[in-house]
Amino acid sequence: MDSLPLSIQDCFARRKAEGRGVLIPYLTAGYPDAETSLDLMGTLAASGADILELGIPFSDPLADGPTIQRSSFRALHEGMTVHGALELLRRFKTDHDLPVVLFTYLNPILQYGIGEFLSLAAEGGAQGLLLTDLPTGADPELESQIIASDLDLIRLLAPTTPRSRVIAVAEGGSGFLYYISRTGVTGARQELRADLGREVAAIREVVDLPIAVGFGISTPEQASLVAGVSEGVVVGSALIDALDQGGVGGAGAFLQGLREGMDDSRSGP
Amino acid sequence: MKVVSKQEKGRFGPYGGRYVPETLIPALEQLDEAYSVAREDQRFWEELDLLLKDFVGRPTPLYRPRRLEAELGLGPLYLKREDLNHTGAHKINNTLGQLLLARRMGKRRIIAETGAGQHGVATATACALFGLDCVVYMGEEDITRQALNVFRMELMGAEVRSVASGTRTLKDATNEAIRDWVASVQDTHYIIGSVVGPDPFPRIVRDFQSVIGREAKEQMLQAEGTLPWAVVACVGGGSNAMGIFHAFLQDAEVSLIGVEAAGEGMDTDRHSASLSAGKPGVLHGSLSYLLQDEDGQVAPAHSVSAGLDYPGVGPEHSHLRDSGRARYVSIRDEEALEAFHLLSRTEGIIPALETAHALAYLPHLVQGEVENGPILVCLSGRGDKDVAHVARLEQKDPTL
Repeated sequence: MDSLPLSIQDCFARRKAEGRGVLIPYLTAGYPDAETSLDLMGTLAASGADILELGIPFSDPLADGPTIQRSSFRALHEGMTVHGALELLRRFKTDHDLPVVLFTYLNPILQYGIGEFLSLAAEGGAQGLLLTDLPTGADPELESQIIASDLDLIRLLAPTTPRSRVIAVAEGGSGFLYYISRTGVTGARQELRADLGREVAAIREVVDLPIAVGFGISTPEQASLVAGVSEGVVVGSALIDALDQGGVGGAGAFLQGLREGMDDSRSGP
Repeated sequence: MKVVSKQEKGRFGPYGGRYVPETLIPALEQLDEAYSVAREDQRFWEELDLLLKDFVGRPTPLYRPRRLEAELGLGPLYLKREDLNHTGAHKINNTLGQLLLARRMGKRRIIAETGAGQHGVATATACALFGLDCVVYMGEEDITRQALNVFRMELMGAEVRSVASGTRTLKDATNEAIRDWVASVQDTHYIIGSVVGPDPFPRIVRDFQSVIGREAKEQMLQAEGTLPWAVVACVGGGSNAMGIFHAFLQDAEVSLIGVEAAGEGMDTDRHSASLSAGKPGVLHGSLSYLLQDEDGQVAPAHSVSAGLDYPGVGPEHSHLRDSGRARYVSIRDEEALEAFHLLSRTEGIIPALETAHALAYLPHLVQGEVENGPILVCLSGRGDKDVAHVARLEQKDPTL
């Protein structure tokens, strides 16, 4: 495994210099159980992942489609907690340099205590935090607290975000911007929207941060297409499907396929 | 958790807010804007008032139940008869108002969540009236408990989608409605059924429901020449309670009492009393009292009544609780069932099981306190929908 840089920013810069896209797989902490997800994290790191998005499960994942809902319910049923997810992070980081973004909903970390969560997450080696139900401006005090922490606050943009809001959303965000490729919840899709390239280009006009695209990416062809228009590719539900079908090895092979698809695109026209 | 002091727009004290996926922010801004314009538009309210009069049958009567008074040994009691609204509950006050807003925003498709089915029926009714497409999300368990309402919605052309995830009740139906809205937001309006959800929903729903309290206050002054000593209403999400409380918020001498569902008892974890036993947390887009475990996972709620079976509560209630302006109590399933029978037997009015919780609290009003004046109860809905469910329950377990 090549020794990758620690910060998200460095990670994007390095891939950019190589003309390659950043591949960001999502996994649900504790799915199908804690030990398997730790195993999976290692396998993903060895299969072309540049950054890991580690989901802390929540009982009411209203931005997620059926696959991530199912993985979240199962992980909770298996006893995963915020503390358990931070423990997985810590164990993974003892022998990996790969940046990790924690992905969750607000309530579990509010109850854990936002200050304590932020410092334990940073101590455990997390580089970023993405909260699906904390849109820009929703809670300025809380947002400032996260921005002031050692973690990058990963902001999300949607196709419905008006142009006038894009700059405000990006402000305070760091690491990268997550562009939701379509209106809807997470989940693998056959088709990507035709105007994706134009939309990403419009965002890039006003924003300096690298842009990663997620929601619905499930094939090497799609990963290649997305890598052609953005700096990063996020894959979640399709990876969980691959895990369900082929175990940790199957998930690794699936990610490797995406990696190859993305890397092939740079030598294209 | 630490609750910081937040007083900005869309908050009730620290509660409320817009904790939703980014995709929905523009829709909430659009709704906020459309409502700000409509609020100031005389024609909007004239159209709504006319619908409430001719289609819904407002104003609803204020009725004095003398046999119930005699039975309970207290009074004067007044029941605000929201059960006499078209579709059988207060929910229609909100759905018609929101439907007029949806029409102003050019949305052609309507979605809603429902627990007991009353809000689903009211939404299906409004959509039939205006010829809009309607999809109602309902938990699998509630579909069984409230089969009659499912049939009513379908009769009026709505599609009822069964929700099998999570606890298969109102909470999960709401998750699914929000997921639909995230995907369909450009042409769809989500008519939330209670004073819950992200801003501006809690204040829009409250405003549309506040007709209950405005009418009741006037009627009470006419009947008794005085304000009520206490106003009592059941609280799930809390829309009928907010609707009747709102007119009395500034009248400090009027006690406001919200009755939550204690389910199988407050000493068990089978209840829905968010304000009595929850902690502040974020669910369905707002910060409010929430039933949850130590790890911030939402705890399953329980109530014999599907409409109260919800782990959250409207953010304005959380504020009223903390400020002490309203107090919140709870009533167990079996007490509610007794009240369901009592009102049926003494007055010939079958109340909804939700409403029966408010009635069941009346005997708990402290003796002596009741000398202070008339008591106003929001009879939020009728119980036809519950008759089959109660019959089943009582055959299965005669002690319940």
